[in-house]
Amino acid sequence: MTPAHIRHARLVPASIVPRTLLRVGKHGRRNKSGMTAGLLGLLLLAAPLQADSGLPPAALANTQLRDPAKEAKAQALMITLRCLVCQGQSIADSDADMAGDMRALVRQRIQAGESPDAVRRWLIERYGDYVTYDPPFNGATAALWLAPLAMLLVGAWLARGSFKRKRR
Amino acid sequence: MKRILLWVPFGAFALLFGVVASGLFAPADRTVKSAMVGKALPKFTLPAIIETKPGLGTEAFTQGKPRLLNVFASWCVPCIAEAPNLMRLKAMGVPIDAIAIRDTGPAIRGFLERNGDPYERIGDDKVSAVQLSLGSSGVPETFVIDGQGRIVKQHIGDIRAEDIPAILEALQAAQ
Repeated sequence: MTPAHIRHARLVPASIVPRTLLRVGKHGRRNKSGMTAGLLGLLLLAAPLQADSGLPPAALANTQLRDPAKEAKAQALMITLRCLVCQGQSIADSDADMAGDMRALVRQRIQAGESPDAVRRWLIERYGDYVTYDPPFNGATAALWLAPLAMLLVGAWLARGSFKRKRR
Repeated sequence: MKRILLWVPFGAFALLFGVVASGLFAPADRTVKSAMVGKALPKFTLPAIIETKPGLGTEAFTQGKPRLLNVFASWCVPCIAEAPNLMRLKAMGVPIDAIAIRDTGPAIRGFLERNGDPYERIGDDKVSAVQLSLGSSGVPETFVIDGQGRIVKQHIGDIRAEDIPAILEALQAAQ
């Protein structure tokens, strides 16, 4: 059986075309090496995969809020939310249509006076903990949060043992 | 006691090795499932995208009969692949409504002309707002909604011929 992500239109471009290549012309940020340009040339030869809509981005997708305090809040939240299409990027960092729509949603809600925590909760209610890069503490993530503490304790115990021996 | 303790690091290593090795053979499932399954459909009202069909709102799903809610787009290739199967479901008497994601009227009209029209209503979701409120992460996706407006099943990806029985079963169970 084909894995579902191949059957899902929005997941196709992210998995086949590296985002770095898609970004080059648009922002110029990563256009550092000739190799990138060469790869981009190759990309132009390939038949384009039509898997994003032709509509312009949502109103607040790429426009900052007028209130800088609110924009800062929105920005801080957006870098901790996962782009569901690209999955390795935050919505602040992605050019995918859906990430743009998610940024618009975050900005709209923050503009309306909602707290970043409430917006995060709203998204978790719909997509589960996967959507946030700031995993909440629960049964599934307990090991993640507690393992470093446990290892520190084990380390301290081991260190204590070796210091004792030296003193003798 | 010390003898046994000596084996602890090796045991821990073997355990970690096992976890990592098993990950090599069982590829991760990267589909993002909606956490809304089992919950009420969020309230929404979407305008019509083509003149010949009404828009879509939550009230369409609280009429007592289970329906399908198809999230699709004219620019989505797997949506073309699933179109014949939606037509088959329609022929079986399954009512299907749709949300068009980031789309335009002319594009939708062309899509329906080419691939058939299984829909009773189509809502126009230009900025994926309703899609996000459903916990849907792409197109196509299909939700089974019972007659009281509760989401009972989410199908991610195109509906293939082999997926039809499971969808019919979910509709039956929601009856």
